[in-house]
Amino acid sequence: MKFIDEYRDAQSAKRYSDLIHDITTSPWAIMEVCGGQTHAIVKYGIDELLPDSVTLLHGPGCPVCVTPIELIDKALTIASRTDVIFCSFGDMLRVPGTRGDLFSVKAKGGDIRIVYSPLDTLKIARENPSKEVVFFAVGFETTAPATAMTVHQASNMGIANFSLLVSHVLVPPALEAILSSHNNKVQGFLAAGHVCTIMGYTEYEPIVKKYHVPIVVTGFEPLDILQGVYMCIRQLEEGRAEAENQYTRSVKRAGNQEAQNIIREVFEIVPRKWRGIGDIPASGLGLKEKYAVFDAEKRFGIAEYTCEESSECISGLVLKGVKKPQECGEFGRRCTPEHPLGAPMVSSEGACAAYYRYRNINFEKQS
Amino acid sequence: MRDIKDFTLSCPISVQEYPSVMLAHGGGGKLMHSLIDKMFIPSFNNQMLGAQHDGAVIDLGKVKAAFTTDSYVVYPLFFPGGDIGKLAINGTVNDLAMCGARPLYVSVGFILEEGFPMETLWRVVKSIKETADAAEVQIVTGDTKVVDKGKGDGMYINTSGIGILEHDIGVSPTKVQDGDLVLLSGDIGRHGITIMSLREELALESEIKSDTAPLSDLVMDLLEQGIEIHCMRDLTRGGLGSALLEIAGASGTHIHINENAIPVSREVRATCEILGLDPLYVANEGRFIAFVKPSDSEATLKTMRSYNSESSLIGRVDLKPSGIVTMKSKISTNRIIDMLSGEQLPRIC
Repeated sequence: MKFIDEYRDAQSAKRYSDLIHDITTSPWAIMEVCGGQTHAIVKYGIDELLPDSVTLLHGPGCPVCVTPIELIDKALTIASRTDVIFCSFGDMLRVPGTRGDLFSVKAKGGDIRIVYSPLDTLKIARENPSKEVVFFAVGFETTAPATAMTVHQASNMGIANFSLLVSHVLVPPALEAILSSHNNKVQGFLAAGHVCTIMGYTEYEPIVKKYHVPIVVTGFEPLDILQGVYMCIRQLEEGRAEAENQYTRSVKRAGNQEAQNIIREVFEIVPRKWRGIGDIPASGLGLKEKYAVFDAEKRFGIAEYTCEESSECISGLVLKGVKKPQECGEFGRRCTPEHPLGAPMVSSEGACAAYYRYRNINFEKQS
Repeated sequence: MRDIKDFTLSCPISVQEYPSVMLAHGGGGKLMHSLIDKMFIPSFNNQMLGAQHDGAVIDLGKVKAAFTTDSYVVYPLFFPGGDIGKLAINGTVNDLAMCGARPLYVSVGFILEEGFPMETLWRVVKSIKETADAAEVQIVTGDTKVVDKGKGDGMYINTSGIGILEHDIGVSPTKVQDGDLVLLSGDIGRHGITIMSLREELALESEIKSDTAPLSDLVMDLLEQGIEIHCMRDLTRGGLGSALLEIAGASGTHIHINENAIPVSREVRATCEILGLDPLYVANEGRFIAFVKPSDSEATLKTMRSYNSESSLIGRVDLKPSGIVTMKSKISTNRIIDMLSGEQLPRIC
């Protein structure tokens, strides 16, 4: 298939692997930010092609993993109501809250629907005027424009039975949280190509300077990742720290202005709790006052709900790159994709699930 | 008589684990296998069920018969390349063929919802007749039930089938040996992607059609040539990945496949890329894998290709690590193929 196969070519992969081996003289730890990249790395075994001295750490860029447990519980509460049609991306249905997941609400009769675009929920809302239609808006800057457009259209069209349970998060504050933590191991980042397609990469330039850390905007195919790693190691070896762009076929420095405009129209920057990591200031998007009428937390009176995360899951350390999934005592034992104790074991983009799916031989034998 | 201790009185799927049945319990992945392994097989415990084949092979003295059953709940009822009736016949015919049997007799049970259009029922019945004629099986018994409006999804069908083993070579996962080659009878993922495109209202413009087809002619052709097929499995809900894992598990072998050798059409690959799905786990209704010794592989592949030119040699069997499937990826690294919990979920970004 055109435009895909050329990025999954064994000979080119070998060439990049050789180049990386040639320039690497020191041990380096590089974090890929996005869960899509983690998935590709583990699925294709990309780290087999890297020198032993290069470690890939898996970052916090999986929306399923970082959505706070309170919000999952709020989703369960709303989705259980008989007057609600609850719409979500498929991945979120298996994420455990403190009392089950959305699949179990569905099994008990909750009307939960998987959508591919938030705009689909407006059609559902128009077709079901006697129901409240709620969209579970998770994800990074990549999914925020479509959510914003949905709210904007709902407002323009006067669709009153639509609302949003919103938990959008932003990448740059998370990178700063990782870099400024005392146990940080990350020496360079592969930034998420899709996020930067929307936002560009000017907002990474101050981070690069402040922490003297290279950031390479990178795509998702095996060759993208190998090239991103190569560019990052080249900077590290040369003592440079710059924001570079590997994913030029999709990302411009300034990003997609129209998408940014619609985000700014509907959302404002708010503090956000990240599952496993904790509160990060100015790290999320919330509805502006002008659109507050579409806020599901207010509409269903659950804004004040809080709860505690189980202490069994070390997802925070995994998401910050401090620990690898298999360093967790519960990995592959009590925590499996069928019974996730924490969110990184749920989504195929979650580091733990990716490790479990593609590297589980030894762990299954030991358990 | 079986010792009473074999049978536990408490529910083997603990209430804490799953207090109710989830969709994934029927998804062809780990949850479904756990239900079968923990609840059904121990409860109905016998050797034929324990073989975990697509159907049971029953020794009737002078002849050996294969017996199988399957239920069809597909929605929508009609889709490019077929309909629920065609699936219901081909599915049961194929399960019998996978036992190495010639399919002969099929039962059809309808569960209809009150208010279901008679004209639609007639379309399905005509399709069942046409498919049965093509597969050379007879519908010899049946059943009809109607449930209240709102308590069914229009139509469900159950079919059971009986076939006769004309070549008793004992096709079974336990026959899979070190050195066997794995052959695939065509490109994968067509049925799943056809249904998903319709069901999810993706409005994707594609020409893709379900691959639903009877496999019995091809299987009989292979057996009549004297090819000693060690094992066969048709690829259904869990796709190629799950079928390979079932065989690796049941035979205690290691199966190594080559991603570059697995045929996937352009449309299926493109749709999988858009939805974030892996074609290895997408459903099929007219494809199977066969395990043969190397000296039989050329003849097998030649015959398979006379039915479907995309047929391919995709891998080989060795002994260790037992129960595992690995794949050489397109970039020449190796990965483990694991069974999914339930159905694949579309990824967020």
